[in-house]
Amino acid sequence: MATLDSKIPEGSISEKWTNHKNKINLVNPANKRNIDVIVVGTGLAGGSAAATLAELGYNVKAFCFQDSPRRAHSIAAQGGINAAKNYQGDGDSTFRLFYDTVKGGDYRSREANVHRLAEVSANIIDQCVAQGVPFAREYGGLLDNRSFGGVLVSRTFYAKGQTGQQLLLGAYSAMNRQIGRGKIKMYNRHEMLDLVIVDGKARGIIARNLITGEIERHSAHAVVLGTGGYGNVFFLSTNAMGSNVTAAWKIHKKGAYFANPCYTQIHPTCIPVSGEHQSKLTLMSESLRNDGRIWVPKKLEDAQAIREGKLKPTDLAEEDRDYYLERRYPSFGNLVPRDVASRAAKERCDAGFGVNKTGEAVYLDFAAAIERYGKEQARVKHLDENDPQLVKKLGTEVVANKYGNLFQMYEKIVDQNPYETPMMIYPAVHYTMGGIWVDYNLMTTIEGCYAIGEANFSDHGANRLGASALMQGLADGYFVLPYTIGDYLSKDIRTGKIPTDLPEFEEAENNVRTQIEHLMNSKGSKTVDHFHKRLGKIMWDKVGMARNAKGLNEAIEEIAALRDEFYRDVRVPGTANGFNQELEKALRVADFLELGELFAKDALHRNESCGGHFREEYQTEDGEALRDDENFAYVAAWEYKGKPSDAVLHKEELKFENVKLVTRSYK
Amino acid sequence: MSKIMNLTLKIWRQNDADTRGKIVDYKINDVSPDMSFLDMLDMLNEQLNDKGEEPVAFDHDCREGICGSCSLQINGEPHGPDRLITTCQLHMRTFKDGDTIFIEPFRATAFPVIKDLVVDRSSFDRIQHAGGFISVNTSGNTIDANAIPINKHDADTAFDAATCIGCGACVAACKNASAMLFVSAKVSQFALLPQGRVEATDRVLNMVRQMDEEGFGNCTNTGACEIECPKGISLENIARMNREYLSASLKG
Repeated sequence: MATLDSKIPEGSISEKWTNHKNKINLVNPANKRNIDVIVVGTGLAGGSAAATLAELGYNVKAFCFQDSPRRAHSIAAQGGINAAKNYQGDGDSTFRLFYDTVKGGDYRSREANVHRLAEVSANIIDQCVAQGVPFAREYGGLLDNRSFGGVLVSRTFYAKGQTGQQLLLGAYSAMNRQIGRGKIKMYNRHEMLDLVIVDGKARGIIARNLITGEIERHSAHAVVLGTGGYGNVFFLSTNAMGSNVTAAWKIHKKGAYFANPCYTQIHPTCIPVSGEHQSKLTLMSESLRNDGRIWVPKKLEDAQAIREGKLKPTDLAEEDRDYYLERRYPSFGNLVPRDVASRAAKERCDAGFGVNKTGEAVYLDFAAAIERYGKEQARVKHLDENDPQLVKKLGTEVVANKYGNLFQMYEKIVDQNPYETPMMIYPAVHYTMGGIWVDYNLMTTIEGCYAIGEANFSDHGANRLGASALMQGLADGYFVLPYTIGDYLSKDIRTGKIPTDLPEFEEAENNVRTQIEHLMNSKGSKTVDHFHKRLGKIMWDKVGMARNAKGLNEAIEEIAALRDEFYRDVRVPGTANGFNQELEKALRVADFLELGELFAKDALHRNESCGGHFREEYQTEDGEALRDDENFAYVAAWEYKGKPSDAVLHKEELKFENVKLVTRSYK
Repeated sequence: MSKIMNLTLKIWRQNDADTRGKIVDYKINDVSPDMSFLDMLDMLNEQLNDKGEEPVAFDHDCREGICGSCSLQINGEPHGPDRLITTCQLHMRTFKDGDTIFIEPFRATAFPVIKDLVVDRSSFDRIQHAGGFISVNTSGNTIDANAIPINKHDADTAFDAATCIGCGACVAACKNASAMLFVSAKVSQFALLPQGRVEATDRVLNMVRQMDEEGFGNCTNTGACEIECPKGISLENIARMNREYLSASLKG
């Protein structure tokens, strides 16, 4: 397994996927009934894959740790989903979506995969509308669009600030139809704790029933992971509390290479940290940057007065405000990509212009948008556009209609009315572009084991553009995996059911039992959260928005030491034979403590800055990321060798034949 | 920053589905008004854990009011005293220093307790299995998304119904433990869209049948569900479902 074969099909970029589909082997419908597939995770990727595989006729076993598949964290995605429909006639095309995504990813993604994603994007919208997903519409009855960061067209479809929810409920409804037919067997409140490999092929999983504590064996002809990202390695993130790396890490330990773990998206518009006891951070959708203007005070003394509560942001005159994104990036303005916007916010706050008590917040201001929309409405309704009260009222209605649920969410958390005073925002960990390495067929380096959606690494390079995660999850699950997995399963039509009494199952189950017993018997002095918070602090301080070799080296040592301490001194109350949320957390944090170290090691080896990976040593004079295409235009895929520090690097060279490698500029 | 609070919590503790539960009192000090309700429970659990006691089990996940995992009957109200939010969005500034707060699981025959404050809401899933979908395959080979224009009002009303998060607050609020608001939201979403009309007859009959089989109570038009719903799902949906059900029954 020394060389990575990405299995990219021959031919021109626009024909690869079509040609590939024409050549791959199919499984006859009668034979599909004899084949079992396990899908772990029921978000957009896992849910859509489970539904589609079941429709095709495979027997699907689907697993989620939540109490219902509908609760997977895709549900929290707010802003929208991209598709190259060109309904707006503003020059969009498959190629442009492909180009924007490769550029947005700072030229660190695989061209062939991204082009395929752009090709199938339009189908996703057709499919979702047919399923009854209630996208936003215009008065003429057709679908509405908005813009997201890093692009110059309006290609984002949305359902208010709840697009992820509506898309996931669409996939969930498709699953429900198959559960009702008996084609999907659903295992709620189950956590995958190991992969079972028989004769070199993924043939099952070991899962813990989170209600009874039972350790169960499940077999199948292939195993698909749609288990999301690992942002919770930072403890505080916009991920759900239960989001974890465990399933992905377990397959990594069994032979799946982990790619680019250091590529993490720090989202620019989140509600700032308020205090010590905070358990998670809340995102304010990027769609807000369509209408919100980001600024900090121009003068240090004003920023100080605001921090001390002596000055209100609304008191500050226009000329005393620094709309720093519009100043630095005039052509993209407030809609620069997320990595650029986040670093710019950090730069201003580090320079002393932060506007909340801790100095770690900037403003996102809707006053101009409210006025603009208000005047437009007044004109449309033949009312007085010079009446400021009326204009404000009408404009507020428009803004509430677009972003109402986000404004309400903000007000509940911060206790301030964002229609009256600008929102305060700060970057927070949101998404992980890195993940399990997969080939063009989405197969990992373990035969018969697949990774889809955020769990894989393939489409977003070093930075993901807004509204592209939903697109990728559904593309992988509805339209890519169901084809590519057939090619593999076509060799399994005579295999018959995989028995679960094989020694490989026995061994995997014993390993899981041993780890659980170890944690239950440790009887140390500190809680799981204690360790998770300390890990998160190391990650945020030294492996966060800006990284340098010294900090990364320290982080590697500190995380390894913390891991040892965890196994010595963690305390897990209760018993393993029943519902035990502390044990669930302990098993997840144990894996984060290994991943964190590999994450830092990857960041240390990549001596360049690209996308979400910013190394302080590698920046231009005006603070932009400085890429090194000569030495680092590759995917770093790490092979597990017993300890994270011993992981072996494999490189997949990235070839750019259709998009020219240039320095990314949004100026 | 307003003042730190000291509180008394009366929390339902129940070891598993088969054991009897009871209310247990806990004191908690130094609660910040800026904490969310679940941050506060995290703090309590950290303290119980430090004392070698078992933490209180409760469901939660996204902590931003959208996944529908969190539940809790707080002082007799699902998701607590505030309106249009879930428990994870409830902030401690809603309470006063010295308050006593009752925290119980959502109560309904169709929601058996798993442990402490965690209940089994899989009955909701089973209602969805019975008809909460449009029977199109996910081939991608459907018609163009803009081929059927949909009146904006209908699209918006369908969206409002579709925002249900399946948390179960409507059931917990109802004196009859009825699931009519939940079921009617899904029936309405599809009934209002041309794509959903095709199977409207079977859908409403099948979903209502499953709802009854799960042991949910009847609707007596009290309206508590609408008031407690964190997403503001309207009672109009129940009226719509009743119309759909009646016409479906006549079609037979």
